[in-house]
Amino acid sequence: MFEAIAFYLFAFLTIAMFYITVTTSQALYALSALAAGMIFISAFFFILGADFLGAIQIIVYTGAVMALYAFGMMFFDTTRAVKEKQGNKFIIVGMSAIAAVLIVAIFAAPMLSTNITAFYPSVADIGNTQEVGMVLFTKYLIPFELAAVMLLVAMVAGIVLAGKQMDNSLTLEDDTNKKVLS
Amino acid sequence: MMEIGLNHYLILSTILFAIGLVGVMRRKNLLLLFFATEILLNSVNIAFAAISHYYGDLTGQMFAFFVIAIAASEVAVGLGLLIVWYKRHGNINLDNLASMKG
Repeated sequence: MFEAIAFYLFAFLTIAMFYITVTTSQALYALSALAAGMIFISAFFFILGADFLGAIQIIVYTGAVMALYAFGMMFFDTTRAVKEKQGNKFIIVGMSAIAAVLIVAIFAAPMLSTNITAFYPSVADIGNTQEVGMVLFTKYLIPFELAAVMLLVAMVAGIVLAGKQMDNSLTLEDDTNKKVLS
Repeated sequence: MMEIGLNHYLILSTILFAIGLVGVMRRKNLLLLFFATEILLNSVNIAFAAISHYYGDLTGQMFAFFVIAIAASEVAVGLGLLIVWYKRHGNINLDNLASMKG
């Protein structure tokens, strides 16, 4: 009962927020609506019993990603709106076709896989966070480390791309780069 | 109707994915294109968490974690590239990105 009420409430709120994000012309409204939608999505994770995933969703998306976007928007002139050119009918038709195929595939997939058995079944008497830790650090240890390396690479790339005077190539030998290097 | 099953979450995920797809295809502002990409990744995360719950398997949550990690690094690299593009050209319009006129 309460699960149904919560599901429909948060589904409506999430769809409304993301609809605002893709249709508004103000970048600041889009950012705020996206942040709100991310928080509402974490509610689904809490309903589904994935507590750790919900906490990670709030921390990573509304804490890190939204702050990064807010810092990025300081660089851009967001008051000058980008002109949204409309009128390509092929794109509308193509999007409708892709969405229809997607719905058919999503309904067909659980029917085709009725005999699924769990690889790592949930244990009843321990919490979700402990379960996630046990699976993540045994079966998924190598993807976890690879994700860590990927995040390190992304951090270095972000610093190099957005930092001052770092868009000059350090391997090219001309005067400006020598000044930077010395 | 009152019993929330797996199909409810999958329908919700489809709707959010379609919204994100519309955003990717019709926006011309590159920053809002990144927002639409976040919507796509989040809708897939809902489907992963729902399947993980209804089949009693933790693999879906693991994949959701890796999707979140990929989304975070995508934002860092993409926003850095966007800042470099804005410094050179003064706008973030998608149509001006087609400089090779292919």
